[in-house]
Amino acid sequence: MQALTNRVKAVERKPMSFFERMYLVAIFKGMFITFMHIFKKKPTINYPEKKRPFSPVFRGLQVLNRDAEGRENCTACGLCAVACPAEAITMEAAERKEGEGHLYREEKYAAKYEINMLRCIFCGLCEEACPKDAIYLSETFTPADYQRKQFIYNKEDLLIPHPVEEPEAYKKALGNKAKKEIIN
Amino acid sequence: MSEVTKLFKVTIDNITIDVAPGTTILNAARQIGGDVTPPAMCYYSKLEGSGGKCRTCLVEVAAGSTADPRPMPKLMASCRTTVMDGMVVKNITSEKVTDARNGVVEFLLINHPLDCPICDQAGECHLQDLGYDHGKEGTRYEFARRTFEKEDIGPYIQLHMTRCILCYRCTYVADQLTDKRVHGILDRGDHAEISTYISKAIDNDFSGNMIDVCPVGALTDKTFRFKNRVWFTKPVDAHRDCETKGCCGKATLWLRGNEVYRVTARKDEWDEVQSFDGKPGWICNACRFDKKKTSDWVVEGLTTINRHSVIGANKYKALQMPKETVKEVMGGRDPKLLMNIHNVSEVNNPAVHLSEIEGPAQMSDFKNSGEHVEGAGESTQWGMKK
Repeated sequence: MQALTNRVKAVERKPMSFFERMYLVAIFKGMFITFMHIFKKKPTINYPEKKRPFSPVFRGLQVLNRDAEGRENCTACGLCAVACPAEAITMEAAERKEGEGHLYREEKYAAKYEINMLRCIFCGLCEEACPKDAIYLSETFTPADYQRKQFIYNKEDLLIPHPVEEPEAYKKALGNKAKKEIIN
Repeated sequence: MSEVTKLFKVTIDNITIDVAPGTTILNAARQIGGDVTPPAMCYYSKLEGSGGKCRTCLVEVAAGSTADPRPMPKLMASCRTTVMDGMVVKNITSEKVTDARNGVVEFLLINHPLDCPICDQAGECHLQDLGYDHGKEGTRYEFARRTFEKEDIGPYIQLHMTRCILCYRCTYVADQLTDKRVHGILDRGDHAEISTYISKAIDNDFSGNMIDVCPVGALTDKTFRFKNRVWFTKPVDAHRDCETKGCCGKATLWLRGNEVYRVTARKDEWDEVQSFDGKPGWICNACRFDKKKTSDWVVEGLTTINRHSVIGANKYKALQMPKETVKEVMGGRDPKLLMNIHNVSEVNNPAVHLSEIEGPAQMSDFKNSGEHVEGAGESTQWGMKK
């Protein structure tokens, strides 16, 4: 039969000699390789104690952003939901009443906002669609859980900590994004 | 009537058409249809005297007529210029027109706020479409945008004066459709604003039509305000027997599930109110604002939506739900769900009827909207207890 490529190698079918059949050389060769790995740099890290830096383009769990005064950026415009290819995002809007100006930045806000993390594929299109810089994908994984219902994230789960009341948690949640803002 | 009216031959963007004398260039172009039709923000064929204000429909007249083939020196507003025999018009084939239109759009957007994420008109806004086609990415305007004091013009209509482009369409509606005109334009020039004199409430039977007529989000439906985005609602054609004189009773319902979120008049391909038996199909306020139940209406079928429109993004293909076959195949038992999303999700709660709330929803309308599932989302990324 004609070979399909010119890279075919004929396998040697010669029976092994007695010395080869004892495998002693081969075993010591292998053991030597194993031994040499003791002196090599470990590629693994102790995960929860040590964490690798995320790539700047990493797309993790969504965050609903607040502005510098701690008001919610989201206006429930629905662009993230219409951009979402997995149809994971749903929301319901409400009108800001008088006296709620410190809570919401615009006159309309998301009363309910939900992301179904079972559906989300972390494509980042919601972040791209958002005209208000309200949603972005952070540098955290979605935590594992035992129940499916725990993966329906509502607004309280997604909102970033208040920048005035909890500045440290806010900065941590912002992650690399904060650095990007400083550069700009 | 033995006299045969001679038809005028017009050429618009190299397409020749015969039209009746007295037709405007814009209407002649609309008879051809497609891309050669100039956009119009203020002209509304069903409103007498409209047009000539926004200048978006500017066209170049390359030859005035067969008798006088000289070109017109300036770009003409096609909604106000009537055709002559042998006229040659350039719209999209003229660079001058495109350039002028870009400038007009920039002028219209000078004072227009970037409200689209909040605005209920988004998705069916003419200025949005125009901005997409002709707009610049940024603004060159360095001064503060024109602002107005907020004014309440009644329980049905929400006025956002900052969004207004002063097309005067709504004042023509008030003039021509209602017997008692209560709103109009106050002040002049940059201060001009749509208002009801001394904030009189609009209580005419047909005042709601100014919502349909408004090309931007300046006049929007208060009963629909913030309830949903247009592209998440399902438009269906429906009709009812309306006793109000002059109301055609044919409307488009914008549904969410089986809830009627909004009622509008039916629109034609130019986004104007459709004509029935030669009469524009205006609808009365009772149909528009009060009949918010599917049982009030006889549903005819899905509204055809232009496939380029974002409203087509809602993927509704049919009125009937597809037949559920799982039960049949599984010998009579329901599919075993690992999780029923409706037990967990707080959005679209069956106990909350947004369509029955009169104005925009408030946080209190969502209170007691179902129990939040115990422990859901407890393991947040910041490890904080709720």
